[in-house]
Order: sequence, then C-alpha cells, then structure tokens
Amino acid sequence: METLYLIFIDPFVQMVVEPAFLVEVLIGGLMSGVMYSLVALGFVLIFKASGIFNFAQGIFVLFAALNFVGLMDLGVHPILAFLITVGIMTVLAFAVDRLVLRPLVNQDPIILFMATIGIAFFLEGFGESIWGGDVRPVRVGIPDAALFWEAGFGEILVQSSDLFAGVIAAFLVTVLALFFHFTPVGRALRAVADDHQAALSVGIPLNNIWVIVWAVAGFVALVAGIMWGAKLGVQFALSTIALKALPVLILGGFTSIPGAIIGGLIVGAGEKLFENYWGVPLLEGATEEWFAYIVAMIFLFFRPQGLFGEKIIERV
Amino acid sequence: MLYREAGQFKTSYSADQAMLTIPLDRWFVFGLAAFAIVGVPLLASEYLIASILIPVLILSIAALGLNILTGYCGQLSLGTGAFMAAGAYLAYKIATNITWMPIWLVIPLAGLCAAAIGIAFGLPSLRIKGFYLAVATLAAQFFLLWLFVKVPWFVNYSISGVPTAPPRSVLGFDVTGATATNEAKYLFVLAFVIALAWIARNMARSRIGRSWMAIRDMDIAAELIGIRPLPTKLSAFAISSFYCGVAGALWAMCYINTVEPTAFDINRSFQVLFMVIVGGLGSVLGSFLGAAFIFLLPIFLNSAPGWFGYSVAGDIITHIEFMLFGALIIFFLIVEPHGLARLWQIAKEKLRLWPFPY
Repeated sequence: METLYLIFIDPFVQMVVEPAFLVEVLIGGLMSGVMYSLVALGFVLIFKASGIFNFAQGIFVLFAALNFVGLMDLGVHPILAFLITVGIMTVLAFAVDRLVLRPLVNQDPIILFMATIGIAFFLEGFGESIWGGDVRPVRVGIPDAALFWEAGFGEILVQSSDLFAGVIAAFLVTVLALFFHFTPVGRALRAVADDHQAALSVGIPLNNIWVIVWAVAGFVALVAGIMWGAKLGVQFALSTIALKALPVLILGGFTSIPGAIIGGLIVGAGEKLFENYWGVPLLEGATEEWFAYIVAMIFLFFRPQGLFGEKIIERV
Repeated sequence: MLYREAGQFKTSYSADQAMLTIPLDRWFVFGLAAFAIVGVPLLASEYLIASILIPVLILSIAALGLNILTGYCGQLSLGTGAFMAAGAYLAYKIATNITWMPIWLVIPLAGLCAAAIGIAFGLPSLRIKGFYLAVATLAAQFFLLWLFVKVPWFVNYSISGVPTAPPRSVLGFDVTGATATNEAKYLFVLAFVIALAWIARNMARSRIGRSWMAIRDMDIAAELIGIRPLPTKLSAFAISSFYCGVAGALWAMCYINTVEPTAFDINRSFQVLFMVIVGGLGSVLGSFLGAAFIFLLPIFLNSAPGWFGYSVAGDIITHIEFMLFGALIIFFLIVEPHGLARLWQIAKEKLRLWPFPY
C-alpha cells in the first residue's frame, strides 16, 4: 500500500501542492529537450536525404563546438569563429561524401551505419588531438543570470541562458523551415528525400545534394554544440548526451522534422518529471540515464514508425 | 594443389553431414585445437596468456553471440555490454550464494539468466527492425547497467560496489580468484570457447540457423514459407544473450577478477560490434579473427612507436589511436565489406590453384 501510494498518488499531490516547483522542473526539462531536438534535427536531415543513419552526429556537435571554442581561445572574434567553423563543417561534409560515402555506394545500410561509427571515432581523435581533451567553457556573451518570475502561485526561478537557448532553437527551426520551403536548394532536398530516382530524373544532382545536406547537418551541429557548450562546457561527455537524440528520433519518427522537435520536448520534460517525482524518492535517482530509452522502447510496441513518421509499408 | 575439394569421396551419410568435410580442414582445426590446449600453456609467456589470449578468447565468445544475432538473424544490437554485465553480475551472485555449485555450472547458469533478460529486451524486435531496434537495445544497455549499480543485492551489499571474484576450482585447480594460475584460467576459458564455437557452428547449419538466415534475408518472405518470426527472432536473442552472458561471466571471473560496471559500458558494445563487422557478418571464424584484430590493434598502435625509437606522450597516443581506429574501420568497410573471414576464403581459393595459376 505504502509503495502504491508513493507511486500513484504522492507525486501528483506534490505537483498540486507546489505548482511553482512543477513549473520549474517542466521548464528545465523542456530546455534540455530543446538541446536533444537540435541534435536529433541533424540526424533527421541526413536520414531523410540519404537514408543513412548518421551515428557521428553526436561527435559532429562536439567537433564543431571544439573548433569554435578553440578558435575563440586563439583570439578570433566570435562571429568570425562561427563563420570559420561553418566553413570547416562544410569541408568536412565534402570530405565525408568523397572519402566515405562515394566508395560505399550501394552497400547495405548497416555497412554505412558502421562507416559513420568509424567517422565518429576518427573525428573524436582528430578534434582532441588538435584542441586537447580539457573541458572548455564557451563565452559568447550568452546572458547567464537567475531570473525570478512572480506567478500567481509562487516564485519561479528561470535561468536566462535557458530562455536564450530556447529562443535560438526556435529561430533556427524557423530558418530551416523557410529554407526547406522557399529556396531552390531546399526544394531539391525535399524532392530527394521523397524519392531518389524521381529526383534524379528531373535533373537534381544527387551528389551535390548529399554534400549540402551533410553541411546543413554540420551547421545544426555547430549551433547545438554552442548551446550545449554554454551550458556544460565543451567536453567529451557531450557526445554521450547526444546519444539521447536517438530515443527522441524514435518518438518523433526518423523522417519528420517537427517530430524531432516535439519528441525532444517530450523526452526532456518527461525525464526531468520522472527524475524529480519518481526517480529520486523511489529509485535513488540517476534515472535520466535510461528513462528516455525505456520510454522509446515501450512506445515502439504501439507505434513503430514514431509520432510523425511515415507509415512503414513492406512489400515482398 | 595442396588444398582441394576434388577426390574426397564420402561413402556414408554421416561423413556427408560432418561439420568439416574436407580432411585438410579437419586436420587443421583439430591441430589448432590441440596446439591451443597443449602447446600454448607450455610455450607461451605469462604476459601473452594473461593479457592477450584470455581476453581475446572471451571477447570471441561475445562476438560469436552478437554474430548469431546480427550476422545470422539480422537484428542489429547495441546492448551487448549489458548482456555481458548481466552474465557477470549473476555469475557472481550465484557463485557466492550457492557455494556448493561447481563453477563450470555457475557460468552457463548465469548465461541462462542473461538469455532470459535478452528475451525480454528482444520482444520489440517483433514489431520493429533495423535502426529502430538498435535504439531499443540501447535501452537494455543503459537500464541494466543502472540497475546493477543501483541495486546492492547483486553485489551482496558490498560497500565498494566492486566485489572481487570468489576463488573457485575445477578438478583441484583454481580457475578464478587471486590464487588461480594463468594457465588454469586459460584452459578453463578455452574449454568454453571450444564448446560454444562447436555449438554455434552446428546451429548455423541446422534448422534453427537456416530459419535465422531466412528471417535476415527477408522476414516477410520467410514468414510466407512457414517460418514463425516470433520463436525465430526470440531464439536468436536468447542464444545470443546466452553467449554474451557467458562471455561477461568469464570476463569478470577469469580476466579482470572483479565485477565492475565500467567493463561493460557502451564502448564494450561498440567494440564487440566492430569485431563482428571487421571479422565478417555471419561467420564463426570471423568472430575469432575480428576479436583478435580489434583487441590487438590498440596494443599494436601503442607499442609501435617504441619499436622505431620514438616516444610520444600518452594522451596524444590515445587520440591518434582513435583516429587510426576510425580510419581503419572505414578502410576495411570500403575494401572488404565482408570482413576478414572473406579474406580467408579468398586465400583458400588461391591455395586450391597454387602453384599452377589455372
């Protein structure tokens, strides 16, 4: 009885009694959810355009952030550092396309997946041998102060950096949406995502498209890396956190950009709520490590294609 | 010339169905096994046995397990480390609580427990496949490790949380714990390797293995010709987890001598996956070649600069090791996607014609 009460009733009672804490937990969760979404976005872009499950996206985030921070530490102006890093990520996209993807055309998806794990290992070693393996703080002037917001039911503490990250993410998603809908390159990308052969037959050069998609994913990774870095410092642990983007993808569907965003928010808010109301009192905490994966796994039983994914149709 | 299939006549059904039908193959495998049992403990140095042969053999068992799941049945898994951890923790629990049970029984029993857990985490494979399944197996990786760290029952409420392996013996020789000699441990591990490799090879060419391969090649078509996907996929998960569980138990008991979670984290899962891919998907021999290659490569990279008289700082070596490792994986995938096992086959083809080119 005691246990049942703790599982089913007590958490909800607390939520009602202390709504201010609930809102704080929710905001914190949603903000980390935004971060997951940013990483997941990169996965979705590449998966849609080329059907490759890019395991290295997490390392892209770390690599981009390492370059950005490294350049800034050398005294480069943040905006210039940002542009140079975008350039580096574009060169990287080109290199990946020429050196890894081209020679592996027509191989099984699992082989391409393994190749992206190889890329991940390579970039990790490469980034750290150039810039070193220490934790580096990012100082780009993101305001970091505790804001107190007086709501009707109590005082709520919000980090201004969290709000800033939310705004940046929303801006980025809007820009990407506009890019995909209103530019020729964006339209070509959507066409390739829909059907490779049809896209080829109307004259869309597939090779360039792949480079562009990897470069766009690199750009998204850079933004995600700066956001994460501002919060936690640029360190190797970033790539492990980025793995959380995988359950986000499962929830949202591998092929849906809105799915990646909403999945990220659900995972972020869900794991913080679970940790605070069930994890710490009942399970000794640290449930954030696995909560997202277990939710994704249970979710798969009911909707294998994710919330917004395309229905999986199989033919013999 | 030396190696040929022609002229080897079989006069009975049992000869036709033998595991190794070609005498040269058979003598080679028997000779290798005999050398591993008798020659290696007599000739090899302590370092070679303790730090290279034992871990390579144990990892070969794990690679065999993953190869059954990924190579034969086509279900991608990133949870190998977790199933190894399940084997290790449960072997410790069983060995310390049921003290009369001989250790050679404890380890398969721990494997069975891992198999049960594997079935539970294999259930989503009925609805999903490919990368979706890979993410679902990540759930096993993170959840199980968290469970083993957080629940002190698994380590008998040990205060450090990292208990040492209990000393146990087989036929009067200590095989686990601090007092065991490396040779005894090696032979103990080798016995498991030989038995499990023999079973795996036979499963692969019997009904169950053929149904796995049918599911791998096209699951809907396999269903249409009468292979039931539920038992087939779950049996692959169960047997694969059994192999991984045994490997984990041996790793904790005979190699590192402690039961600790860091030995079974996600990097272990990737390591075993690399072994399977580099060795060759769907090949028993490939599991061994891949395990040896992936385990020895970092050791080689570490010591290679020393042979040429260079000395390089430790952390730079680690970074360069990562880079080379990644680059080699990509290189291998491009040059020979079917792995080392395929290279071995090509070598045999060449040997058949040698020394005449046509």
